[in-house]
Amino acid sequence: MKRSPLHEAHMALGARLVPFAGWEMPVQYKGIVDEHKAVRASVGVFDISHMGQFLVEGRDAETFLNRMLTNNISKLAPGQGQYTLLLNERGGVIDDLIAYRLSEREFFLVVNASMIDVDYAWLQKYIGDTEVRLVDISAQTGGLAIQGPKSREVLRAVLGADAVYPERNTILLSTSGEGVLYLCGTGYTGEEGFEFFAPAETTTAWFEKFVSAAQEQGGMPVGLGARDTLRLEMGYPLNGNDLSPEKTPLEAGLGFFVDFDKGEFIGREVLVKQKSEGVVAKLTGFRMTAPSPPPRAHYPVCINGEVIGETCSGGLSPSLAQGIGMAYLPLAFSKPGCALEIVIRDKRYPAETVKKPFYRKPSH
Amino acid sequence: MSNVPDHLRYRDSHEWFDPQTGAVGITDHAQHELTDVVFVEPPKVAALVNAGDQVAVVESVKAASDIYSPVSGEIIEINDDLASEPALINTDPFGRGWIFKIKISNTAELDGLMDAAAYRQHIA
Repeated sequence: MKRSPLHEAHMALGARLVPFAGWEMPVQYKGIVDEHKAVRASVGVFDISHMGQFLVEGRDAETFLNRMLTNNISKLAPGQGQYTLLLNERGGVIDDLIAYRLSEREFFLVVNASMIDVDYAWLQKYIGDTEVRLVDISAQTGGLAIQGPKSREVLRAVLGADAVYPERNTILLSTSGEGVLYLCGTGYTGEEGFEFFAPAETTTAWFEKFVSAAQEQGGMPVGLGARDTLRLEMGYPLNGNDLSPEKTPLEAGLGFFVDFDKGEFIGREVLVKQKSEGVVAKLTGFRMTAPSPPPRAHYPVCINGEVIGETCSGGLSPSLAQGIGMAYLPLAFSKPGCALEIVIRDKRYPAETVKKPFYRKPSH
Repeated sequence: MSNVPDHLRYRDSHEWFDPQTGAVGITDHAQHELTDVVFVEPPKVAALVNAGDQVAVVESVKAASDIYSPVSGEIIEINDDLASEPALINTDPFGRGWIFKIKISNTAELDGLMDAAAYRQHIA
């Protein structure tokens, strides 16, 4: 089991550590619900050192990435990033990731922890004789996510009053004596925030600074438990649960991140066909409409007693105080307002399909 | 440090049993491990169960945990308050957070349960 460079720091904070994607990571410190609410109300600091980072560079890097990924990387100016997908030849999702352009010929990819080796091998296989260099810097890189309405204050407290805050989907690089720092305007919570990647051996010092700055703002360190409930409330898919090599981005409702006009890319043919014929099933949000156990992954979904699908993610939403989840459902039942039943330990509980995101920030 | 009341008996899977009232719940240690209990699925009243049977489920935000009966007997009452306030298991695990009451059919089974001192060792 791999350990985060923050392992000792987590122990010191009294974290509960669990196995996740081959890593021993904190599932919670104070408690999932408190941590979740802290991110919605003020700010939370997450260890995301398990995530992977690749550098892709060379004369053909842009062409190569446009052939490997669904979104149009040519639309990125240096310093900009986009959510995108790596597909297999059947149009199924290998991984979802963020791709940033650092310069004309240099790109930075942030991929899921469980997929680092798979993604690397898949990309490497297609480089062929093109002029592209792929470097996996995951093992030397630690990462933090600072998320919540107070994330700007935390950034200034740690990096200085005149530090530039990375706007949504942008990346800022700075070189310190210890190496390169990547400051990315991204997150997985639906809140304003940023992700921060630094040389692994410096991450503990950064983590301690960010945690104490967060605590000043009423925030706290946050584990993977709340990371999951936060992303679920936003309807963000989790690879391995909601995304899989058997499901396409169109079925997952991620068509927005597929550019059909940019030219050839792996999986395109299948998606074009699917787009013209229409998808059969779609990743659909649902909420429980009566008191029930929290819905979790792999529970049968029924309509009038007939099984029409299976949940792929689920849980109790701390913000809404009700069970929510997602399932691939036949198109006819994927519109909001369809009555469903979720089968939990042989008992049926009523639910209904709803529009995502499940949670919307109250307007002020 | 977890609270371990002296008058109760304990199962290694962290249920407690009160020989005076027949009440069963989960320990302070267990509620701390589970955190944030959000749903309790109690057994059915009048059900006959054996010691070690899985009889209830306690769900936290993160996971569902099976609850085992510490003794054999008949379920005679369930705690209705947990339907609306499952967090009582967190806030008062040995009091208002009890899950069900059982009429023990064989008091000799008490010898198979731990006393407070043994349970303190068990969770140390």
